Amino acid sequence: MSTTTPKTQPARPAFWRGCADSAPFLLVVGPFAVLFGVLATEAGLNVTETMAFSIAVIAGAAQFTALQLMVEDAPTLIILASALAVNLRMAMYSASLTPYLGAAPLWQRAFLSYFILDQSYACSIVEFEKRPQLSISERLAYFAGTSMPIVPAWYIFTYAGAVLGTQIPEAWALDFALPITFLALVAPMLRTPAHVVAALVSIVVSLLMAWVPYSLGLLIAGLVAMIAGAQTELYFDHKNAAKGLAQ
Amino acid sequence: MIDQTQLWIVIIGLGLGSFLLRFTFIGLVGGRPIPEWMLRHLRYTAVAILPALVAPLVAWPAATDGQLDPPRLLAAAATLAVGLATRNVFGAILAGALVLYSSMYLLG
Repeated sequence: MSTTTPKTQPARPAFWRGCADSAPFLLVVGPFAVLFGVLATEAGLNVTETMAFSIAVIAGAAQFTALQLMVEDAPTLIILASALAVNLRMAMYSASLTPYLGAAPLWQRAFLSYFILDQSYACSIVEFEKRPQLSISERLAYFAGTSMPIVPAWYIFTYAGAVLGTQIPEAWALDFALPITFLALVAPMLRTPAHVVAALVSIVVSLLMAWVPYSLGLLIAGLVAMIAGAQTELYFDHKNAAKGLAQ
Repeated sequence: MIDQTQLWIVIIGLGLGSFLLRFTFIGLVGGRPIPEWMLRHLRYTAVAILPALVAPLVAWPAATDGQLDPPRLLAAAATLAVGLATRNVFGAILAGALVLYSSMYLLG
């Protein structure tokens, strides 16, 4: 009988851990992609155009925003500005991943940039903070793993939605799938008073600005709400700091 | 109907723009710290813009020619309530769909 004690269990390779951690997100990504495919075809896009959209942009919320504004006949510049504003959070993800992945060669950083998604970011940042001892190549492998289930699913389910597209009867009220999905995405984000204030300001200003031509109201509301959120955060920071001093 | 030229400008422009947003910090800015005020604003982009997109669609749905529609309003409220209570995106969508269909059936 062998007396050698097993060495510490080798950690599952980082790549597979990434895959496993992001796989549950498929429950949201799949239906979201189908919905984009369906709404894009209903707006008059063919399958090639719909797929080009999903492959080039690979960010659901921005794609829906652009689609909705195109249906509303907004000018091209406004569409681009509004949809990119929705995607500004990607810049935040990129900034927040830089301390962990910034040491990789430039071509790898350029390549991985395409795969910065809500899901790959959410998993990676938790993992990198939890295991600071990971090497740069393990981190890259983990990050690659997190986008492995999500990205092909995004393409495939967009395609399924585009093919299904116009066959869905009007009685299903699919016009309301987009508002419901976005509300469902936003509600869990309302973690702090500042997030709540930003969302409320966003609603009020967008309704007040509905008369502004070229769908510019969306950008105005977004900008004002962002400032409102940042200011609320500052206010609470100062209040807490003052409380700390008083004790 | 959506204009073809505009569509392709949007697809390509949004694709390039999104890539640049993803690449700028990790690719170009590198290790330099991002100013705190910028991060503070970026934190709120999603909650600042998505509600602004949704609010007019809830208040004035195109499907009812812009008339306030009780089933759609109830569905929006249910989605928000379940999303806030459970923090579960999937559950919130299900709740919204359920309320939408049942109230369209009962009220319509």
